[in-house]
Amino acid sequence: MNWIRKRLDKIKEPFQPGEKFEKFAPAINALDTFLFVPNHKTKKGAHIRDAVDLKRTMITVVLALVPALLFGIWNTGYQYYKQLDVEYTFIDAFLHGAYKVVPMIIVSYAVGLGIEFAFAVKRGHEVNEGYLVTGLLIPMIMPVDIPLWMVALSVAFAVLIGKEAFGGTGMNILNPALTARAFAFFAYPTYMSGDKVWVSEASNLSAVSGETILGTLAAGKSVDYNSASMFFGTIPGSIAETSALLVLVGALILIVTKVGSWRIIAGGFIGAAIMGLIFNALGSSVFTGNALMNFPWYNHLIVGSIAFGVVFMATDPVSAAQTLKGKWIYGILIGIFGIMIRIFNPAYPEGIMLAILLMNVFAPTIDHYVIQGNIKRRQKRLKLQTVKSS
Amino acid sequence: MAVDIKVKRGLKLKLKGEADKKKVNALKSKTYAIIPDNFHGLVPKILIKKEGTPVKAGEPLFYSKYNEDTKVVSPVSGKLKEIERGARRRILRVIIEADETFEYVEHKTIDPLKEDKASLKKHIFNSGCGIFFKQRPYGIPVNPEDTPKAIYVSAFNTTPLGADFEFILEDKKEHFQNGLNALTRLTEGKVCLGVDKKSKSFLHEMQNVEIIRVSGPHPAGNVGVQIQQTNPINKGEKVWTIRPEDVAILGELLSTGKFNAERTVAVCGSDAVDRQYFKTTIGAEINSIIEEVDTYKTRIISGDVLTGDKADNGDHINFFSNELTLIPEGNEYRMFGWLPFKDNNIHSTHNTSLSKLLNKSFEVNTSLNGEERALVVTGEMEKVMPMDIMPMELLKACMTGNIDKMENLGIYEVLPEDFALVDYVNTSKVEAQEVIRQGLDLMLTEVG
Repeated sequence: MNWIRKRLDKIKEPFQPGEKFEKFAPAINALDTFLFVPNHKTKKGAHIRDAVDLKRTMITVVLALVPALLFGIWNTGYQYYKQLDVEYTFIDAFLHGAYKVVPMIIVSYAVGLGIEFAFAVKRGHEVNEGYLVTGLLIPMIMPVDIPLWMVALSVAFAVLIGKEAFGGTGMNILNPALTARAFAFFAYPTYMSGDKVWVSEASNLSAVSGETILGTLAAGKSVDYNSASMFFGTIPGSIAETSALLVLVGALILIVTKVGSWRIIAGGFIGAAIMGLIFNALGSSVFTGNALMNFPWYNHLIVGSIAFGVVFMATDPVSAAQTLKGKWIYGILIGIFGIMIRIFNPAYPEGIMLAILLMNVFAPTIDHYVIQGNIKRRQKRLKLQTVKSS
Repeated sequence: MAVDIKVKRGLKLKLKGEADKKKVNALKSKTYAIIPDNFHGLVPKILIKKEGTPVKAGEPLFYSKYNEDTKVVSPVSGKLKEIERGARRRILRVIIEADETFEYVEHKTIDPLKEDKASLKKHIFNSGCGIFFKQRPYGIPVNPEDTPKAIYVSAFNTTPLGADFEFILEDKKEHFQNGLNALTRLTEGKVCLGVDKKSKSFLHEMQNVEIIRVSGPHPAGNVGVQIQQTNPINKGEKVWTIRPEDVAILGELLSTGKFNAERTVAVCGSDAVDRQYFKTTIGAEINSIIEEVDTYKTRIISGDVLTGDKADNGDHINFFSNELTLIPEGNEYRMFGWLPFKDNNIHSTHNTSLSKLLNKSFEVNTSLNGEERALVVTGEMEKVMPMDIMPMELLKACMTGNIDKMENLGIYEVLPEDFALVDYVNTSKVEAQEVIRQGLDLMLTEVG
């Protein structure tokens, strides 16, 4: 360890203040601090500090994503071989998935981190760890057959317009990963929706249809999958969103480590369940023809990306509501709008992405009203005091 | 009369190296120093300028540029050794070379409960005891012309490794009571004394004051929390606070006529060798209390681990500090130290570490344990903020210098010390105390 440390210090010499490559220090520091927690000491304020730092927090989210990602890789291969109707092993499925997914992850990290490093050097601040999560999320919510250059372009858009334009990590209004997906969805709709994009290579096989469950329902057809496969995730969909079970494992990691807000997660599911129940009731009495409306509310919670979105996207602390009460309201509204958009938008049944982006925009407004509560208490106290003294 | 306060949000941090409950006299210091920076907001006007001029204990050294009656007096008798100046001739320290035996300025003795209010106040400020008071909002020296709406003393110290005021005051009971009596004459409102609810000490029996029995984790002992929970400060109101040992100095002055600036300092921290309470005098040299240490390996803190000032071997103790804390410097690199659940021996309030499950006292060092980042994680600051204050929102208002918002969110009710735990817990390593200080200074210049 000491040897590595010494080598690193040697490499870092030309990046020290006053040296030749001083400007590029943030880039080399980012690599260094990935290996070692730096020896920075407290200079002002409290002399002692908690062991936690942003890197630890972000890596915890990455770890929470891993189960869903591994399943997504396997499921990609599984769906591929299933449509071909050939003999295959678990390893075959996993390898095919890895062959498809790993390049997307590499492209996402390369492009995103490249931009982040460039901005850090230009602005002279350290590289923030937020992209470690965003960079993994983006491929996980894309259809498997999307060309790599589209991934690259979406990432660039999300990081530049969604994040850096607002001042970088911590200042963005919209969730960057969802910004990337929304960009891809509106820029290249044929690659992002329909019945040929969700299963690997499905577009080359004219006979097979690889529709998502929500797509099937929106088209008014009946669904061949049972609730168990919806819950375990052996269904077509974006790469890592399909398994409600493994998303819940991730949710458990986030909640136990308190990295993700349980209020938002609980609120999201509660909101979605309420909306599902309402539409179930309406579907059986008023709008009898709508298949999505008659789709049982508990199934609504496990198909599509609602679980994934609520657990991993809505909980992004930067774009979510920041006050405790605000988090409840924010979560519940995401659930409600997610299901509402899903049911009322036949062109694109998956509404959770739009619901989260919408609530990202309204999160500061929600917080504003919660903060007003605190302010009003203080003003009331002041008024009472003035009355008393006069 | 007594009120109970139960504080729920906060942090009980068990650290290694508490001071033993033993009192000894410290060695006599050769020099004593008054550091004007210890009185935030005071711009000193020097009264004694010539080096070598003899001074008595209790003789004014300088006064506030904005108010002649706010005086800082010499804690000891001796000769003026040096007025140490920094950049732009700012005064860093006023150093006195002490005599063998102290000669005091003789004041008349006064019974605070019988004396006329105005002349008592005048006497307190003339004798130099006025500087012991801090004004909230802003945490600045008080203006003698004001009458505060209340005066608060907290004799309950919840700071990690903090000095036990009960133990310090044990042999100063009479002076302490006398000082409290004097406080009751300075305000139209109440004088409140915060005490530890669990202890059944003599502090519960103090007369003429309202006892606030406090329980809960740090910052329950902070006077700011006690004010906020019992009688919060509104815009335009002023509350004075004073530290318990200074109340005893005030009491002694009134009953004996001597300004006896005795300061009891708890030497604590895992790197301290002789951990106990030392009786010394305000402004003593650090080397008169502890042996010289290697400051590359050990940090000397004049004050407690959360709010104290970094000091060097040759420095003097802070005017108000009751602690001298020695903890290891965090010079170490930790390979992959950012991995969750790694290095659990470093305390963390977050669930990404197992340290909370270890029921032990932690040895802490001065490592930042990371680097400063933008504010990302939400909800962590609220857990250590027992006041009705939204910490993150107030910090952001201070960062952006939004005066209306700062006022609305309660800037008048807080001081940097109330945000010390926010410094400690926040993931982004944002210097909350500094941000609040800047916010308060901005309010002071803009609103006054």
